[in-house]
Amino acid sequence: MTARIGVVTFPGTLDDRDTQRAVRVAGAEAVPLWHRDKDLKQVDAVVLPGGFSYGDYLRAGAISRFSPVMESVIDQAKAGMPVLGICNGFQVLTETHLLPGAMLRNNHLHFICRDQKLRVETNSTAWTADYEPGQEISIPLKNIDGRYVADERTLDMLEAEGRVAFRYLDVNPNGSLRDIAGITNAAGNVVGLMPHPEHAVEPLIGTGRTDGLGFFTSILKNLVGAR
Amino acid sequence: MTLDTVKHAEQTPEAGQPWAELGLKPDEYERIREILGRRPTGAELAMYSVMWSEHCSYKSSKVHLKQFGEKVPENDAMLVGIGENAGVVDVGQGYAVTFKVESHNHPSYIEPYQGAATGVGGIVRDILAMGARPVAVVDPLRFGAADHPDTKRVLPGVVAGIGGYGNCLGLPNIGGEVVFDPCYQGNPLVNAGCIGVMKHEDIHLAKASGTGNKVILYGARTGGDGIGGVSVLASETFESTGPAKRPAVQVGDPFQEKLLIECTLEIFAEKLVAGIQDLGGAGLSCATSELASAGSGGMRVDLDTVPLRDSSLSPEEILMSESQERMCAVVEPDKVDRFMEICEKWDVIATVIGEVTEGERLEIFWHGEQIVDVPPRTVAHEGPVYHRPYERPSWQDALQADDANKLARPANSAELKEQILKLVASPNQASKAWITDQYDRFVQGNTILAQPEDAGMVRVDEESNLGVAMATDGNGRYAKLDPYAGAQLALAESYRNVAASGAKPLAISNCLNFGSPEDPDVMWQFAEATRGLADGCLALGTPVTGGNVSLYNQTGETAIHPTPVVAVLGVIDDVTRRTPIAFKEEGQLLYLLGETHEEFGGSAWSQVVHDHLGGLPPKVDLERERLLAEILISASRDGMIDAAHDLSDGGLIQAIVESCLRGGVGARLVVPDGLSSTGSATGDAFTFLLSESAGRAVVSVPRSEELRFTDMCGARGLPVTRIGVVDGDAVEVQGQFQLSLEELRTAHTGTIPELFA
Repeated sequence: MTARIGVVTFPGTLDDRDTQRAVRVAGAEAVPLWHRDKDLKQVDAVVLPGGFSYGDYLRAGAISRFSPVMESVIDQAKAGMPVLGICNGFQVLTETHLLPGAMLRNNHLHFICRDQKLRVETNSTAWTADYEPGQEISIPLKNIDGRYVADERTLDMLEAEGRVAFRYLDVNPNGSLRDIAGITNAAGNVVGLMPHPEHAVEPLIGTGRTDGLGFFTSILKNLVGAR
Repeated sequence: MTLDTVKHAEQTPEAGQPWAELGLKPDEYERIREILGRRPTGAELAMYSVMWSEHCSYKSSKVHLKQFGEKVPENDAMLVGIGENAGVVDVGQGYAVTFKVESHNHPSYIEPYQGAATGVGGIVRDILAMGARPVAVVDPLRFGAADHPDTKRVLPGVVAGIGGYGNCLGLPNIGGEVVFDPCYQGNPLVNAGCIGVMKHEDIHLAKASGTGNKVILYGARTGGDGIGGVSVLASETFESTGPAKRPAVQVGDPFQEKLLIECTLEIFAEKLVAGIQDLGGAGLSCATSELASAGSGGMRVDLDTVPLRDSSLSPEEILMSESQERMCAVVEPDKVDRFMEICEKWDVIATVIGEVTEGERLEIFWHGEQIVDVPPRTVAHEGPVYHRPYERPSWQDALQADDANKLARPANSAELKEQILKLVASPNQASKAWITDQYDRFVQGNTILAQPEDAGMVRVDEESNLGVAMATDGNGRYAKLDPYAGAQLALAESYRNVAASGAKPLAISNCLNFGSPEDPDVMWQFAEATRGLADGCLALGTPVTGGNVSLYNQTGETAIHPTPVVAVLGVIDDVTRRTPIAFKEEGQLLYLLGETHEEFGGSAWSQVVHDHLGGLPPKVDLERERLLAEILISASRDGMIDAAHDLSDGGLIQAIVESCLRGGVGARLVVPDGLSSTGSATGDAFTFLLSESAGRAVVSVPRSEELRFTDMCGARGLPVTRIGVVDGDAVEVQGQFQLSLEELRTAHTGTIPELFA
């Protein structure tokens, strides 16, 4: 039996079907989860995909954190269930305080869509075990509110605890502090990042590389190995 | 104020009415009175005024557009033709594709962000209304001079609007164009295209049938925005009153549209609708009259049930409002409950506003009193038809006699090099990445090719790898010199772009942007362009599935260049065989397909170096285009080429630079013998590098495939010339000059951010 990975759809979520596909490509079972439903359908892990949940008119992720499905996700994440937040999902995770910091509008004030080089800084999370520490990958980035900020103390803590999971290479596309593209919680089960691994799981599609597939194979090994 | 009911109209035949303010002409108002046998009520007048506007009724263009239905090539791919929300073509494996391009030019000048945003929203709903899941969008754009101060207002707003709206819908933006020319200064062109995919059995049509079926309005509430958008805004020439018309521009809510898309697709999946129509231009007036006109039977609507954003709106305003993100469905009574459940799931407001009736009238009531009683066909489909006078402009001969081939050419290699560097950095030839990087091209996870590739391409089926491609092109400079040839060149370029990506061109749609139809010069351009396009489609075997006409694109007396934008849709059986433009492997051979003549009329070179427009555009040879496309498609399918790039504005050198920069590798070129050339010391090299002869492409061929490839071209009679090799980190033209990739990249990518960032 393979792992069941839940993919949440909020109204305004855009990358849910792409994420379900990435989960399947990695060999796991994708389970759609609906924002109004507290029931997580006994999934082993959850991905919060990208998009503009509830329109993001107030602040990205600000409303989603109060949705019924997030009550369960927050509880389960605290109990150790792996959760990955991509783009809008990362924004939601910071709004719930499962991850520290916040995302502001890009420093150039424009939406930006590009093939982004990253360094995977740690492989001791549930979602990055299949990468080598320091490995360089390229996956799509696309957002308008992608500038990661936190106070100095928090940033120093993240660095000291090895919780900066991904850093932008070559170009810092949005003014994120310390080039941070993604972070993990202390336990390593909750990870959030702005770029989109689910858009880089098949050759030919998008950037033509499969550098993002490791997120999904990592979690699969983590879950199946744990059984 | 008393309600202007039908009864009241009968009793007060001589009451004054604001038909002129609503954009109607005296004879049109008279005709409405004739049809009804009385004066129209205020609500009826509102409906006729928007539906008989140029934008909705095609009254000036209809007589010319007829050709698209008459000169139809033999092609069994057409499933739904002209007249529906969008045409539908068969792409095989049970899939059908629908696609369309529409203009949102005037609103985007008045209010760039919302104008462009709602342009995207409108075309997406058109596609959705056919029963299809929208899978990609494209945006052909034209702006005034790149360095004009007002372009700095319009372009960033338009780009942010397209991104702000499109990115929130989860539709990859895979193509389009950005062109600058002073002729668009007071009248930018913002065209928006969308592609949708469905199974054959899921095609939906806009018609209301079945007495007793319910008419359901769903989506956003109706507000006071966009009132008269199609009539006073889109169907009149701009004078200096631009910003005063701002209330005629709609305001978009992409989040609501995303919900509407998902909700509608779920409704389709459960087969809950008998007919469906989106609300765009002319709002409820259009949706109710078109649904009723196309179906059998009539329709009764209780207008006071329409959910409003502003409770003070009058019935006339509700009928004319172009508030976005609304759809209208006809649903059998026993399916209404389930329909409502799905809307509730997606937090979409849905209201039964009426039903299909037995008669043949469209009847609208306001709190029980009848305010509209009309034969719907007279509103929707039997509007006025004009045979506008047209005549070849008096200046056309002089323009064509002003031969660009006689312009001063570069005197030596150094000057040639300098001009080429200037060309690739010029706003029209420069990289548009700063613009297109503001659009999401990856969402949905099916994007195979996106800008700056020749055509955008998306995968349709994950199992079989079936895909579709689309390109849009339209060179206004060529069309100004010769509208007949210009329209065919637009078609040929778009067709060639699709073929260069490896897809087989199937059908076309168009967006015809012209000046005022009341000007005989403009009408001649329009007549010539439509004739050229219809003849061209017949020759290439690509039927016209539908289109859009945008007239009155002018400022005062000055019309824009005639700008027929042609969108060609292609199909590819296996997307893994697609051909990108990037040169990659050093050592691969570069071949030029087609013939190069001295053709500089309307060329990018003549514009950039001499600020000149005159002479004749490149010659059109559609048989050659067809052969070239066949070769490109075969070579892609059989793995004979690794890259292909069509040649168009900027000629060979522009294509080479783009392919080199895309792949991050250089090229060494040798000027072939035997090109006709006159004049200067740079002779053949100048023509070789900068002529814009049509029917050409450059391909990169692995050495192992060289013989097979050249044999195929030889056997089928396509001229093919070996022009060089992929190599190094510079573009070198032997005996002439060398430009490093770094130098080229700086020139090519620096311009647009410098102007607009």
